[in-house]
Amino acid sequence: MLAFIGNRALLAIPTLIFISFISFVIIQLPPGDYVTAYAAQLRHAGEYISPLQEEMMRDQFGLNDPMIVQYWRWISDIVLRGDFGYSLEWNAPVSTLIWDRLMLTLAISSASLVLTWAIAIPVGVYSASRQYSFLDHLFTVFGFLGKGIPDFLLALILMWLAFAYLNMDVGGLFSPEFQNAPWSLAKLGNLLSHLWIPLVVLATGGAAGLIRVMRANMLDELGKPYVETAYAQGLSEARVVWTYPVRVALNPFISTVGWALPALFSGDVITAVVLNLPTTGPLLLQALKMQDMYLAGSFILILSVFTVVGTLISDILLAWFDPRIRNA
Amino acid sequence: MGSKTMKTFDMPQERLLDVDNVQVHFPLREGLVKAVDGVSYHVNKGEVLGIVGESGSGKSITARSIMRLLPKRAVDAGGQVRMQLRSGEQFDLSSFGRNSRAIRQVRGKHIGMIFQEPMTALSPVHTIGAQIMRTVQLHMGLSRAAARERAIDLLAKVQMPRPEQLVDAFPHQLSGGMRQRAMIALAISCDPALLIADEPTTALDVTTEAQILELLKRLQSELGMAIIFITHNFGVVADIADRVSVMYLGRIVETATVDDIFYAPKHPYTQALLRSIPRLGVDQGRRLPTIPGMVPDPFSVPPGCTFNPRCSHALSGLCDTQTPPEKRFGSQMSRCHIAEQFAQEPVHA
Repeated sequence: MLAFIGNRALLAIPTLIFISFISFVIIQLPPGDYVTAYAAQLRHAGEYISPLQEEMMRDQFGLNDPMIVQYWRWISDIVLRGDFGYSLEWNAPVSTLIWDRLMLTLAISSASLVLTWAIAIPVGVYSASRQYSFLDHLFTVFGFLGKGIPDFLLALILMWLAFAYLNMDVGGLFSPEFQNAPWSLAKLGNLLSHLWIPLVVLATGGAAGLIRVMRANMLDELGKPYVETAYAQGLSEARVVWTYPVRVALNPFISTVGWALPALFSGDVITAVVLNLPTTGPLLLQALKMQDMYLAGSFILILSVFTVVGTLISDILLAWFDPRIRNA
Repeated sequence: MGSKTMKTFDMPQERLLDVDNVQVHFPLREGLVKAVDGVSYHVNKGEVLGIVGESGSGKSITARSIMRLLPKRAVDAGGQVRMQLRSGEQFDLSSFGRNSRAIRQVRGKHIGMIFQEPMTALSPVHTIGAQIMRTVQLHMGLSRAAARERAIDLLAKVQMPRPEQLVDAFPHQLSGGMRQRAMIALAISCDPALLIADEPTTALDVTTEAQILELLKRLQSELGMAIIFITHNFGVVADIADRVSVMYLGRIVETATVDDIFYAPKHPYTQALLRSIPRLGVDQGRRLPTIPGMVPDPFSVPPGCTFNPRCSHALSGLCDTQTPPEKRFGSQMSRCHIAEQFAQEPVHA
């Protein structure tokens, strides 16, 4: 088991180097660079900088150096000094920008993941063991509705309902008076009163799909002979279902835990923008739009690290959970 | 529940199980399939009853209706299944609901069951020890440690090599024969009075099959349990059974001691089946006789005797209109209009 983990971890290193290089190249691919985008934005606002000034800015940011040199400067700072570079647009270190938002992003996303599973697994198990019952049909209808309605639309509807009928202050994570206040119980309460909309929106979208997956997996497993064996031992239906087929049907869930990690980080960008959430998703979108290459590059690098690490975690969990994989 | 279990039936002392006129129907879109159409048999304490029939004849479904483990779309259309333990305790199994507490106390405790596919009949994600321990803890109220001891003993009893280590093995680490041994250990874990073996050797190669049959015979005499042995293989039946019931299209067509079945069969279907078994030294250079025609499609079962379209003895006007009654010749039963004829001039298969 330890050798397995070590082996996988070592394999991850060349993968990460390759990914970091590719992501840096891709960010540079669109015509123009940050200075072009910045000048365009200024022109839009009615101001103007001369080509000479643009050239000076490029020199200053090192944008005229060959790409490999820029890449090396960027990656060696990260690896050797933990310095992710400087966001040109925000005029601030990338690490502060990202880490500030990271905690909130992780909190929201993990809470919604837990909520998604808490809804999807019991409902999926119920739907499968009572196939074609009234509740199964009801869950199916809700499932397809949840899957069909775009998250951002659901977010808008909930915001409108909360604002118009419940007279709640929605959008963002804090009311203005708590925005810069130090942490206190009142601030926490305020956070929770804002948090339910993003949680509901993110969890319903995810749960709708997972219910279908869980139901299909369970239907496959419930027909297997080992389930009949378990019944023939005299176990109650609840014990049979939850100890045997659910254990096997959860495998696909566990193998996708790894993908949840990068998804947690990038979040649901559109929903986050609509709900004005201070998470990492909207920041990434903005960085890409402005060709803010160090910020965008760092984002993509972190995403890839999360993907690789997440896959590693999935593999380990799966090996721990399913003896057929562990001993293979 | 107490009144149900204590209700006394009129059952002979040596009787363990009485299956009386059991009917199981499957309402399908294409029509009603009477998978089991009035099956009656009994099992005495400590005896082995072989049930022979081709696929779809209803032999497994009858066995599952004893355990109340019918598929969800099956309809229990009548009949009675009663069981009487050595202690004198009696159960009316057919009155128990599919998930009732009463039937759950019979399953695994008084009736053990072995399935055809040792590859898939054990949970792939639990060790065989854990699966045996769960049953033992449920019915015998043993502690974890005691249950583990018992699991190891059981594995030793089914001649599993190195039981102390293999108790922690997962099914995929074992060969087919070993898995079937583990399955048997699970089925006999609470010393059941009855073991239902549903084609337990069909998926195994002949060498392993012989070993498993030997094991079942030994366990049967050691534990004094009765076995219902379901198979489509007459050779296996000859090896293990005391009595044999032959099923065709949801009915029992003949029941007799194993000697009578082989040497004095009184139903044309039994005779035809026996003739189609290849034998060494006999019939050399001749084609093996087969039964003409095919098993009818379950939606259009022939009227009268269901075997009449394929029967070489069929009498028109009788066999294709009237359902033959059960005719008894001592302990032998045949559902054939002309069974008496075979009684006078035994047909040598």
